[in-house]
Amino acid sequence: MRRYVVGRLLLMIPTLVGVAVITFVVMRAVPGDIVALRYAGSSVPQDIIDQERHILGLDKPIWVQFIDWMAQLARFDLGQSLWTGHSVIDEVQVRLPLSLELAVIATVLAVIIALPLGILAAVRQDTWVDYAIRIFSVGGLAMPSFWIGIMLVLGTITFLDWAPPLVYTSFFEDPVANLSQLVLPAISVGYRYSAVSMRMTRSTLLEVLREDYVRTARAKGLRETAVVVRHALRNALLPVITVVSLEFAFLIGGLVVTEQVFNLNGIGKLLVDAVAHRDYTLIQALVLLLSAVFVLVNFAVDMIYVAIDPRIRYS
Amino acid sequence: MTSERGAVTRDGDAEALARRRYLESTPRKRFFRFWREFIRRRPLGAFGLFLVILMLLAALLADRIAPYDPTALSFKDLLAPPSPEHLLGTDNFGRDVFSRVLYGARTALLVGFGASVVGCTLGLVLGVIGAYVGGTWDQLIQRLMDVLLSFPLIVIAIAVVAALGTGEGLIGNVIAAITVPIIPRVSRVVRSSALSVVQMPYIEATRSVGTGAVRIMFRHVAPNVFAPYLIMMTAFLGQAILLEASLSFLGLGVFEPTPSWGLMLRGAGMQFLERAPWLAIAPGIAISLAVFGFNLFGDSLRDALDPRLRTA
Repeated sequence: MRRYVVGRLLLMIPTLVGVAVITFVVMRAVPGDIVALRYAGSSVPQDIIDQERHILGLDKPIWVQFIDWMAQLARFDLGQSLWTGHSVIDEVQVRLPLSLELAVIATVLAVIIALPLGILAAVRQDTWVDYAIRIFSVGGLAMPSFWIGIMLVLGTITFLDWAPPLVYTSFFEDPVANLSQLVLPAISVGYRYSAVSMRMTRSTLLEVLREDYVRTARAKGLRETAVVVRHALRNALLPVITVVSLEFAFLIGGLVVTEQVFNLNGIGKLLVDAVAHRDYTLIQALVLLLSAVFVLVNFAVDMIYVAIDPRIRYS
Repeated sequence: MTSERGAVTRDGDAEALARRRYLESTPRKRFFRFWREFIRRRPLGAFGLFLVILMLLAALLADRIAPYDPTALSFKDLLAPPSPEHLLGTDNFGRDVFSRVLYGARTALLVGFGASVVGCTLGLVLGVIGAYVGGTWDQLIQRLMDVLLSFPLIVIAIAVVAALGTGEGLIGNVIAAITVPIIPRVSRVVRSSALSVVQMPYIEATRSVGTGAVRIMFRHVAPNVFAPYLIMMTAFLGQAILLEASLSFLGLGVFEPTPSWGLMLRGAGMQFLERAPWLAIAPGIAISLAVFGFNLFGDSLRDALDPRLRTA
């Protein structure tokens, strides 16, 4: 087992290097670099533009730039943002707590809604309860999260005469202000998230409920709740955990639009800005960071499998 | 089990009857029977189909039903609330919101169909090639797809838009941006279905007759993975419409004066949220109903065509 864990962790390195290479190549294939964008439309003489490129190191051949970057990475140095000049670590440090906190709240919310409703829909398959829950969940997939956000703000303004604060406060400074800013975005994202998890819970549970051992459990006279929760649900949980975890990984970098609605300065917004500015170092670092999160979450899921399912063993 | 005449028969007879009915039927009859059964047995799917048809009609007949020109400015009724004259009110340029919602269906469907048809078809091609050719090429395609899969749809779409550029009349770029993240998701599902098709004896038989690889892949393998292909296409239609709305909302999608639901939410919808809430409510409901319809329809189609497939 230990060898397996070490092996998996080591295998992350080539994966991340692959991601690094692809992002590097793709971003340089995009027309227009940061200098061209900064001086677009203005009459700055060519030698100043060339000078700027030289300062940023963009005039070197691409393969030299790539080797430089790889050498930096090997020293765990992510470099500086080309746009702001701050180190990438600083840029990320400002935004990560917010993105992480929002992702955690949304996940908790989604699981609290998804599990009971998913179970109920599966147990009452093809009744009006099932239909109502399914419509609720398809609705979650259909409504754009950012629109739900707008409607929530509209609702609280009209009916409660309250709007979420526009400036971010850390949870440790002022928990109330912090949560009152994040609760609406968490709901608007969490609804979609819960819909995805709910559908997974329902469909895997339906499959498991047809297994022989569930019939056996019923036949030996167990109460229905015990059959569903102790025998069926535990076996249906693995795919649900996968879906929940992958969504969590996506939430950290993928909340671009919702962050826009609530004026939140998160990782998603940072990434979009970086792409718009052709801020190569920042894009490369963020992409690496997000794929590292993704790979680590995948790894964590496999470890959770081992912990909760004794049949699964890696060697 | 009872047959149509009411006599009690064994399962074998029922099967024989079903087979005879199938052989006697024409493709046309089978087509109609499939949809009759679909509507009767899947009320949610039928409701989805109804919404889809409603949206298609709105898009096709927009120039007939729309009471006003969607781009006509009218400075005497700015931000007018809903009234018999303007069913859903007007925006900050005095443009009729109802007309803009109708025309927005055109943009949504154009981008939705464009992106999901192209994306699913490219995914089908890559998936079938990967499954049939195997080896290094398969590995190469798969790793590339893995990288694309490790990002949220919207992030990849934004990167592609940034690469291709946005602006007025560049709707093709928006379609391309939404196409790219669809490809890996389809190719993975298609590949796994195609892998079992490739093992079939008739493929080997075709090869032994000397049929070329390209012909085998697209005349013999591809038609047999058509069910997942169709299902993914309806599923991604809704996703594509959502993505178009999100991109336009961010200012990276469709540009003014093209009416787009996401774009309607972007500017005035946010700015005049309190004074003119209809600006934000109407296009949002349009997006939700459209995606809701396609999702319900796609779900039921999946259950009807291939219940083993599960798309989260």
